[in-house]
Amino acid sequence: MSSGIGTRVLGVAAVASLAVLAVMALVITPADVNQLDAVRLIYIHVPMATVMYVAFGVTALGSILYLLPRTRARKWDLLAGAAAEIGVVFTGLVLVSGSIWGRTTWGVWWTWDARLTTTAVLFVLFLGYLALRRVGGDVDARAKRNSIAALAACIDLPIVHKSVEWWRTLHQKSSLLDEQTFLHPHIHGSMYWTVMLGIGAFLLLFAWLLINRYRLAKLEDRMEDEGLERAIAERRAEALTGSP
Amino acid sequence: MTHVGYLIAGYGATFAVLASYSAWIVGKKRALARELPSEEREPRWP
Repeated sequence: MSSGIGTRVLGVAAVASLAVLAVMALVITPADVNQLDAVRLIYIHVPMATVMYVAFGVTALGSILYLLPRTRARKWDLLAGAAAEIGVVFTGLVLVSGSIWGRTTWGVWWTWDARLTTTAVLFVLFLGYLALRRVGGDVDARAKRNSIAALAACIDLPIVHKSVEWWRTLHQKSSLLDEQTFLHPHIHGSMYWTVMLGIGAFLLLFAWLLINRYRLAKLEDRMEDEGLERAIAERRAEALTGSP
Repeated sequence: MTHVGYLIAGYGATFAVLASYSAWIVGKKRALARELPSEEREPRWP
C-alpha cells in the first residue's frame, strides 16, 4: 500500500510547518516577562493539547457512527481506534511537556491539580480502551464494545476542558478557547500567532498520522481475517485427512 | 536564554516521540503491505 500524493504533500506540509514553528518558538518570539524562556514550552504544549481533544473527538465520532445502525461499518471502528492511539500519544506528550513547564513555573514536576489529574485520568482511560481493543471475540461484538468504551471514556473530555473553571486550580484558565477571550486573547503579537501556527502544524501532523494509522489498521484487520481463514482451512484439511 | 535544559527536554522528547511513532506506522504499514498480493491491496483514503 503506497501513500497517495495528497498524503505525501500533507506530510511535507506538516514537517515544514513544524520546522517553522520550532524557529518561531525558539528563536523569533521574545521571552515572557514572568516565565522567561520557559514560555517557549507553551508553543508545543497548547497545540498538542488541542490535538488531544480533536483526536478523542474523532474517536467519539467514529464510535457513534459505528453504533448507529444506519451508518454501521467496520471502517468507523478502525478510524476510532486509529484516532485514539494518536490521542494517547499526544496526551502522554501533553503530560510530559506540561510537567516540564510546571517544574520551571510552579517549582514541582507534578501536583494533583484538577486539570492535571483529569488529563492523567483521560490518558489512563484511553490506554484501557486500547487494551480493550486487543481483546478477542466476534468482530461486530468487539466493535460495539469498543465504541461504548470509547464514548464512556470521552465523558472525561469536557471535564478536562472545564476543570479550570469548575475547580480552583493551579493551572491557568483557558487562554484561547474561553468565550470571552476568544476574540480578545490574553496573549498578543508573535506569541499569539506562534501558538496558532503550532495548532495548525500539529493538526497537519495529526491528519497525516490519522490517514496512515487508519491504513495500517485496515491492513492489520485484513491480515487478521486472512490468518483466521487460513487456520480454518488448515483445520478442515486436517479433518478430511484425519491427521492432526 | 534561560531554562535551556528544560527546553531541550521538552522539545527533544516531543519531536523524538512523534518521529519514532511516525516511523513505526510507516514501517509497519510497508511491511504488512508487502505481505499482501498487489491485487488485494487497499484502495487509498478514505
